[in-house]
Amino acid sequence: MLNLHLYMLQRLTALIMAPLVIGHIAVMIYAVQGGLTVDEILARTQGSVAWFLFYGSFVVAVSIHGAIGLRVISFEWFGLKGRALQLFSWTVFALLFGLGAKAVYTVTLAGGGL
Amino acid sequence: MADETQTMTVSIWREDGDDGRFEKYEVPARENQTVLDVVAYVQQHIDPTLSYRFACRVGMCGSCAMMVNGSPRWTCRTHVSKVVADDCLEVAPLRNLPVIKDLATDMDPFFEKWVAAEAVFHPSKTRHDPMAAITPDDPMRIAASEAIECINCAVCYAACDVVESNPDYFGPAALNRSWSLVNDIRDDGQDVRLAAVGSNGGCHNCHSQQGCVQYCPNELNPTLSIAGLKRETTKALFRRSR
Repeated sequence: MLNLHLYMLQRLTALIMAPLVIGHIAVMIYAVQGGLTVDEILARTQGSVAWFLFYGSFVVAVSIHGAIGLRVISFEWFGLKGRALQLFSWTVFALLFGLGAKAVYTVTLAGGGL
Repeated sequence: MADETQTMTVSIWREDGDDGRFEKYEVPARENQTVLDVVAYVQQHIDPTLSYRFACRVGMCGSCAMMVNGSPRWTCRTHVSKVVADDCLEVAPLRNLPVIKDLATDMDPFFEKWVAAEAVFHPSKTRHDPMAAITPDDPMRIAASEAIECINCAVCYAACDVVESNPDYFGPAALNRSWSLVNDIRDDGQDVRLAAVGSNGGCHNCHSQQGCVQYCPNELNPTLSIAGLKRETTKALFRRSR
């Protein structure tokens, strides 16, 4: 069940995700060439505002994008509607955002390694 | 199939109330006959209680659409020889619509959605005003023309999997008509129309599967019309936020 606002939110978050995914994969391929260790990677990402913004915006975008997509599937395939549909969508959002935020926190903010 | 004495089996959906099932009938296998001819033969020669709907018999009125061997077709223009499989023909009421009896469906939900999608003309002038000058090569006129030959047969509505899984969805025909009106410069209801097609049952539910395009008997492209509506509603959103 999509209206204009949910449709636009999903498209705009896709627009944000596309370059971030490419960036993520490109850096990943580049970074392993020289045999970087986890500690070396974390030394570069932790405390970095740029990497926080990079992965932070990805997590926000993916939480919104995924929640809307699963909302449509749960409505069309499993007949979820009304409050149950709202609750499901927000739960998916919260779950994705929670897991993503934890990872971003660990990789870019938390000190002292994993 | 040229011999008049040859027959073929046709399975026709019979339903009255909650009780529905296919029943088999032996009908002449004529070389040149339409699916509607076969249904009419059954009603006239075998079982007069068979209910079905038709009017013009020449593909103009959009009354006689049914599911033929699982696909939605305008039966008056569908030759049996083109769709018959192993000398068998299965005729059922249109998908995605409630059945009134046998092959006759209730078209109310279909047309109620035309109104909900604002697929209705909002006049901007009176009869005393001069006629709007629209040239045939005007891009909006061309876009409207591409969508305008709909005969309201509901074949696209029956072909649409989104309609099947989302009962609120307006469907290809209603949105296609809305699109032709978006391109009508005489129309004064664009804001309310774009709001309607951007609502929960609107154009953004379309997954672009193009079942409507595949089966439209007039070879229209409702998916393209719906894409046009998505574009216009997006533009309107940015216009509003400026």
